[in-house]
Amino acid sequence: MHVVHSRGDKVFRGIVTAGAMTSLIILGLIGAFLFGRGAQVFSQYGLKFITGTNWSASTEPGIPNEFGMGPMLVGTVIVSVIALTFTVPMSIAGALYIEFYAQPRVKKLLTALLDLAAAIPSLIFGLWGIQVFTNIGQRWASLLGNRLGFIPIFNTISDNYGRSPFVAGCVLASLVVPITTSVAREVYSRTPRELIDTCYALGGTKWGAIKTVVLPFGKSGVVGGAMLGLGRALGETVAVYLVLNLNFRYTFKILESEGGNVASLIATRFGEASTEELSALIAAGFVLFLMTLGVNMIASAIVTKTTRS
Amino acid sequence: MSDVTIPQPTRPWQRKRREQVRSGATFVAMAILAFAVVLFTGFAGFDGWAIVLFIISAIVLFIKGRKLSKKERKNALIQLLIASAATLAFLPWLSIFASVAMKGLAGFRINFITSDMRTTVPDDEMNMGGALHAIVGSFMMVIIASIITLPLGILSGVYLTEIKGRFTFLVRFVIQSMSGVPSIVAGLFVFTTYVSATHGPTAFGGALALGILMLPTVARTSEEVLKLVPEELRSAGYALGARQWRTTLMVVLPTVRSGLTTVAVLGVARVIGETAPLLLTAGSSTALRFNPVNGPIASLPIYVFGLLQIGTEYAVNRAWTGALVLMIFVFGLFITARKIGGKDKR
Amino acid sequence: MKVSLGTQRIESERTVMSNTSAVLDTPEQGFAGLETRGVHAWFGNHHALSDVSLQFPARTVTGLIGPSGCGKSTFLRLLNRMHEFIPSAAMAGEVLLHGQDIYGEDVDAAAIRLKVGMVFQKPNPFPAMTIRENVVSGLKLAHIKIENEDDLVENCLSRAGLWKEVKDRLGASGGSLSGGQQQRLCIARSLAVEPEVLLMDEPCSALDPGSTLRIEETIKELAEKITVVIVTHNMQQASRVSDYCAFFLSDGGPGVLVEADQTRKMFTNPNDNRTADYVQGKFG
Repeated sequence: MHVVHSRGDKVFRGIVTAGAMTSLIILGLIGAFLFGRGAQVFSQYGLKFITGTNWSASTEPGIPNEFGMGPMLVGTVIVSVIALTFTVPMSIAGALYIEFYAQPRVKKLLTALLDLAAAIPSLIFGLWGIQVFTNIGQRWASLLGNRLGFIPIFNTISDNYGRSPFVAGCVLASLVVPITTSVAREVYSRTPRELIDTCYALGGTKWGAIKTVVLPFGKSGVVGGAMLGLGRALGETVAVYLVLNLNFRYTFKILESEGGNVASLIATRFGEASTEELSALIAAGFVLFLMTLGVNMIASAIVTKTTRS
Repeated sequence: MSDVTIPQPTRPWQRKRREQVRSGATFVAMAILAFAVVLFTGFAGFDGWAIVLFIISAIVLFIKGRKLSKKERKNALIQLLIASAATLAFLPWLSIFASVAMKGLAGFRINFITSDMRTTVPDDEMNMGGALHAIVGSFMMVIIASIITLPLGILSGVYLTEIKGRFTFLVRFVIQSMSGVPSIVAGLFVFTTYVSATHGPTAFGGALALGILMLPTVARTSEEVLKLVPEELRSAGYALGARQWRTTLMVVLPTVRSGLTTVAVLGVARVIGETAPLLLTAGSSTALRFNPVNGPIASLPIYVFGLLQIGTEYAVNRAWTGALVLMIFVFGLFITARKIGGKDKR
Repeated sequence: MKVSLGTQRIESERTVMSNTSAVLDTPEQGFAGLETRGVHAWFGNHHALSDVSLQFPARTVTGLIGPSGCGKSTFLRLLNRMHEFIPSAAMAGEVLLHGQDIYGEDVDAAAIRLKVGMVFQKPNPFPAMTIRENVVSGLKLAHIKIENEDDLVENCLSRAGLWKEVKDRLGASGGSLSGGQQQRLCIARSLAVEPEVLLMDEPCSALDPGSTLRIEETIKELAEKITVVIVTHNMQQASRVSDYCAFFLSDGGPGVLVEADQTRKMFTNPNDNRTADYVQGKFG
């Protein structure tokens, strides 16, 4: 429809467009800045920036800097994978319980509480992590280390498990679970009622109905929710920072009390960083941004696909 | 033709009262048994008790299920599994609600919200010092961030739904992408630009970092809220002879007034608890300050974070109380958003 | 005619619904073993169905007819214990299968549903399964071991009148069939667990006339082995397909059973005026 624009309209459209353009420019500039600095650092250090094992800023003028974010990248992935391994089964179980097993009043209460839980700041998860959870996490880690220590990733040198990637992964899982459980519950609630009724009409049990209809129906939606959770876990700073004993080396021993992720690398080093190191930190941040961006895009693609069908 | 009265409605499929009492008693018995096992063996702590209880329940189910069919037994066991895993999923945040409430309230004194830490050390007793500076600091930064972000975000939403100009795809794409920025990266950006230029952390820098995180969320949710307005409403406005700007301002926006308020409240709720970006941009302080552009400033998240790093007993007490105040703010905002948002749907 | 309604005396000028206990006499075929005695249904406080007593003869098709909203579907769901899935549902009375009340204390509802199957109004094959998997899904859900899957699949699809059309594409998705084919697939799926009774809730109302006639033929063939109870709005369908009819009616209150008899009698010379009015199309 071609609307004839009066003067009032022109002013209106001008203001609105200016607002949108400002947002576009601000956000776009930030993205461009990150990309620019990132490209600069990559051209300087090459692929070694990602694969290099050492992150050290030189204190002497003659010695060059060495910035390799490999360990931190791996650390980010490890902690997030541990978190997701626990999150996905728990979220599915939590969502199934709320939708199909809980009494109506309990269901309403839990759904409301779950929404509130998703709003808890991650700092408080870190607080809970080191003050309440560490003892429990340490117990489980020591159990794993003692019983399954022959498996390389569970092998440890020291006996101190409290500040390990494993415990950090557990705390991260607790953080992510409310989000993924909400998404899963939402998806399961949209299962067509007739299909569930048909399972019962054929003489099936509740689990039969869930296995035959609900789980296949909700599969892609739950994957989308898990991706959302993964994105959250990758970028998490404070909860990991508080729980982990930070050490910028490669480690695959998840029960050992050392580790780190990219976010805590930035948080630790920004204070005393030289201009060069700052650029390197920005480049590292840019890589992290690309990872969360990629995961979020996959998540929203899956979510749009499921809502359309 | 006999007179028969209407029978009472019954629900023969529901478990009778007697059976409910029996399974309740069984559960209590199993819990006590698990406790006894824990006392005599090496299982420690709450988690040890829970694991023993789970094993006992599984055994009891096996025994009771001998006379049931295979599918019924499987159904019952899976129900136990799902209930247990669900409990595991709910326990952390339930534990957080409980711990923050109990430990936070235990350390709460009125001076917590009336004084700052200028003259007190974290190790002092709880009736000295407070978090007023942190509360004020957080409020300041959030207000500044909102002043910048809310108009820009809402205008962007209006652009995307009402005007749909040439840059629509670009605007939407950039907003979508930037909503995935990790909070520390936003802080790093402000650190390397604004903070370096002004030589030091300030409240304004913190507000900028928070704004970067708020803007995409506000823009996206505004667009969603505006999309819910039915097209007929706009057509009605045009049909009455109103121009676009009148229609938008007087017909569309008032309809979604509660929706947009919700957007604002939720945007604030999201950033008020952010720690990482403030670490890099606002720093911390022990004194009550009101100057947004000169000198570092305290905030509730940084207050709690710093105390946790000190780690002594009294410091941790203060941290719990600070966490309680922060949670009260976040939940208060959240619940307000819910109450307002519900009004639109009527 | 002042007749006590089984609940209270109602005296009015209109002819009052009679409290009929309908025994459909079929000395040749014998009793099917499915009967209801004084069955009521509620949704919360809303009394939806009142005092229905009905016996279903073996290997026949009984049509439940009547205007919409008078409890026919509710009554159907009482027969296979699906009514109880609605949160506020309640009932009274007895539903007897081979002399045993299916709402009795130690009765396994899932086992009842294996004997009393149901086909719904909207065809709903499982979308994530192939045609073959759909047919055997009931057996998988009931953990019944399948001796010879190919024979079973062919048998059920043939009885549902679908075998010839899909025998070459059993691996295709259940959702790739037309509406009528999907409904016949649902019938085959219900047949796989070997029920004695098959309940059908307006199975053709979402289908085109061609598919409707095919399914009506299938129903008549099925009745050679099992008992069929079909709810239908379509009187012509009832007269084509059913051997017996039960007429339900509601005057704003709970639905009641007005009359039940052989179809021919119901349509040509019914006992009750209201039945006559309904079958002649004067209302509903």
